[in-house]
Amino acid sequence: MSVGQQPILELQGITKSFGGVEALRGVDFALYPGEIHGLVGENGAGKSTLMKIIAGVHTEFSGRFLVDGQEMHFRSARDAHAAGIAMVHQELSVAPDLTVAENVFLGNQPTNAFGLVQWRRMAREAGEQLARFGIDVDPMARLGDLPIGLQQLIEIARVLFSGARIVILDEPTSALSPPEVERLFATLRRLREQGTAIVFISHFIEDILLVSDTVTVFRNGRKVAETASAATSKGALIEAMIGRGGEALEHSYTDDLMLPQPSDSNVVLKVDQLSLSRSLQDVSFEARAGEVLGIYGFMGCGQQELSRILFGKLKPDGGTLAVEGVPKTFASTAAARRAGVALVPESRRDMLFHQEPVYKNISISILDRISSLLLKPAQERDIAKRQVEQLQIRPPVVGLDLGMLSGGNQQKVALAKWLTYPPKLLVLCEPTRGMDVGAKNDVINIVRDLRTRGLAIIVLSTEPETVLSLADRILVLKRGALVREFKNEPVSKDRLLEAA
Amino acid sequence: MSSETALATGQRARGLAPFLRSQMRNIAPFLTLIFLTAFFAFASPSFATLDNLGNILTQVSVTGIIAVGLTFVILCAEIDLSVASIANVTGIAVAYFTLQESYVNIANIPLPGAVAIILSLLLCALLGLVNALGLTVIGIPSFIMTLAMMQIAAGISALLVRGQIAYKVPSLITTLGSGSIGGIPWIVIVAAIMLLSGHLVLTYTRFGRYVYMVGGNREAAEYSGLNVKLILGAVMVISAVCSGLGGMLGVAHFGSAQQNEFDTYLLDSIAAVVVGGTSLFGGRGGIGNTIVGLFVLGVLNNGLDHVNIDSFLKILIRGLILLAALVINVYAQRLREKAAE
Repeated sequence: MSVGQQPILELQGITKSFGGVEALRGVDFALYPGEIHGLVGENGAGKSTLMKIIAGVHTEFSGRFLVDGQEMHFRSARDAHAAGIAMVHQELSVAPDLTVAENVFLGNQPTNAFGLVQWRRMAREAGEQLARFGIDVDPMARLGDLPIGLQQLIEIARVLFSGARIVILDEPTSALSPPEVERLFATLRRLREQGTAIVFISHFIEDILLVSDTVTVFRNGRKVAETASAATSKGALIEAMIGRGGEALEHSYTDDLMLPQPSDSNVVLKVDQLSLSRSLQDVSFEARAGEVLGIYGFMGCGQQELSRILFGKLKPDGGTLAVEGVPKTFASTAAARRAGVALVPESRRDMLFHQEPVYKNISISILDRISSLLLKPAQERDIAKRQVEQLQIRPPVVGLDLGMLSGGNQQKVALAKWLTYPPKLLVLCEPTRGMDVGAKNDVINIVRDLRTRGLAIIVLSTEPETVLSLADRILVLKRGALVREFKNEPVSKDRLLEAA
Repeated sequence: MSSETALATGQRARGLAPFLRSQMRNIAPFLTLIFLTAFFAFASPSFATLDNLGNILTQVSVTGIIAVGLTFVILCAEIDLSVASIANVTGIAVAYFTLQESYVNIANIPLPGAVAIILSLLLCALLGLVNALGLTVIGIPSFIMTLAMMQIAAGISALLVRGQIAYKVPSLITTLGSGSIGGIPWIVIVAAIMLLSGHLVLTYTRFGRYVYMVGGNREAAEYSGLNVKLILGAVMVISAVCSGLGGMLGVAHFGSAQQNEFDTYLLDSIAAVVVGGTSLFGGRGGIGNTIVGLFVLGVLNNGLDHVNIDSFLKILIRGLILLAALVINVYAQRLREKAAE
């Protein structure tokens, strides 16, 4: 990308809003052939939005869009594909029930004169392609039988070998083991030599620095920095990502926050050497009464799996759990509930009954405490009214179908389910995600109040702010392993990101 | 969405049109029933008589007893295809354990009536338990599991009667199946009691609430700490026992126990539940819907006999009505979801 060379892709003054909220504000972006361009920024900074514009997923925006110096306007992802642009999305989009070869050739299987698929040719070519990528796998194996990391590598390989001139990779390494990451990088470098332009989005700043030539930093929908990778450092990039001086209304947690002296109250949960195939390795920790334990990590670091194990929804491959010193192997979520464990998962859809009234949502987990055989609807409504009042759920109508409530209020209902007879251990996944400031503060206050009532609380989040605003002690989970514990010491967003 | 806008949507959604939309699944079957009744009453003078009402009630009783259990299953978003086979095998079993006339050539085991009834009920409960274990412990989809059970129960039936026909059942069953009290057939009374009990369980008990919640959102039920597998297992057993009871009374009602006697009851009982408006996706509907569905089917089957229609065409007409009900069922679900948004 010497001076004077023409960019393969150039964006000028791109602005994109979703329902009045600006996701991108006047962004310029240029990509050169034979370049690996890293993109960093917090969740919601605008990276993915920009990439979806490039890949033809979002077609409504303002600004100029040039490919090889020609102004283009894609109407669909198909148009982008025709222009040589391909994207690997963060979520795996493979067909698990088809073979490896079918996945590699998805949509353009080689056919003979009669339109029949040439299986042998397809298998041979898929095998060759994957071998170039260092993947040794039977092309006729069912894809879903392979480990997730391998599936992801195969998906990436498919896109890389599709002949695209511009390849966008969104968080490609989160499910990969270190040797797989190495293999991916080697392939990216090889493609760079052939002149392919690659955009690489990742939360793992080390990975970005290792493989990319240029890094662009996004914050709040703006491009705030663009620099050669060799001329920057992890610390400098993190600083650019989160910004000093805090333009946001909320507490920005950029300054050090002092964590309190660790509690010595009784241990409610003891987790020892928990492991789950590729998701968790030897995870051990304790949660104490009256303490909020924060567990921070990037998307895909194993938080979800950990929370499901604690609530009996997933069975670990190894390791033990003990609640108040009693070893437990939960056969079902019902067993976990009886043992005093409660979970609020990150997706409210998974936890609430949208077509049922609010009071039935609140009472469902405690029905066996208020009625043995016959229901007591009046009592259910009373309990629900009390919770609605305490948590300030709006509108305060317990007979209203849950689906009519706003997201923040639904989240409060999800909490309210567990609060009438408080559990010993409350596990919260992303408790404030997608909420406006007011609802966020309400939830934070509810959690703090529960802590003073002596519950052990675990907050798992991919947002540093959430963990920092709630936790007394913070564990950092990275690729399924606990890598750092913050306690009785200063902590900030930089330090958390640095550790993860 | 801020809380104010949520409040506003909440109020708007309580207008009349959204209410009607959300009640579509209850209104449509009822309108169908009224329409069919009016049509047949107009088309045939012999249809709208008290006598004929009695006929209709008697005709839907066995289906009604089976449909009670099936309502539980469908409310959980599962299906039970073995209901008719289990009804058949239970009816055959109760005859098998009863002393038959000497000309009936079955190597049966005569037992006292009460024992025969209890053993037969245990048999259908056991078959239901196998369905339950297959569904919850092994994880076989109910559609396939109960398809296998349909064949297994038919197989047991075949082994018990070996192509013969048995006629005698315990006297209690004979009375309940074919006797009447004060002009009202016992079988109608039993069906009414079963439907009422089903309704009370679903509406007023904790278990009933769990059935609706598991059907409404199984994932959420699990995240609420409910024992979803236990609930699913229980509805499969309930369904089998209701089928067994329907089978025993059915055998007494028909006056004989033989292979393939209940074959039409699979379609009829599923149709009654679904035509009545209980959602195939679970969580919506109930025994009230099933009762309306039973009457729609009963009026249709009975009414077609009163008007002059090619009897071979009747089968097609029943199929078309069922299709219409399915369309309404799926459509009502969509309207309901829209109203909830």
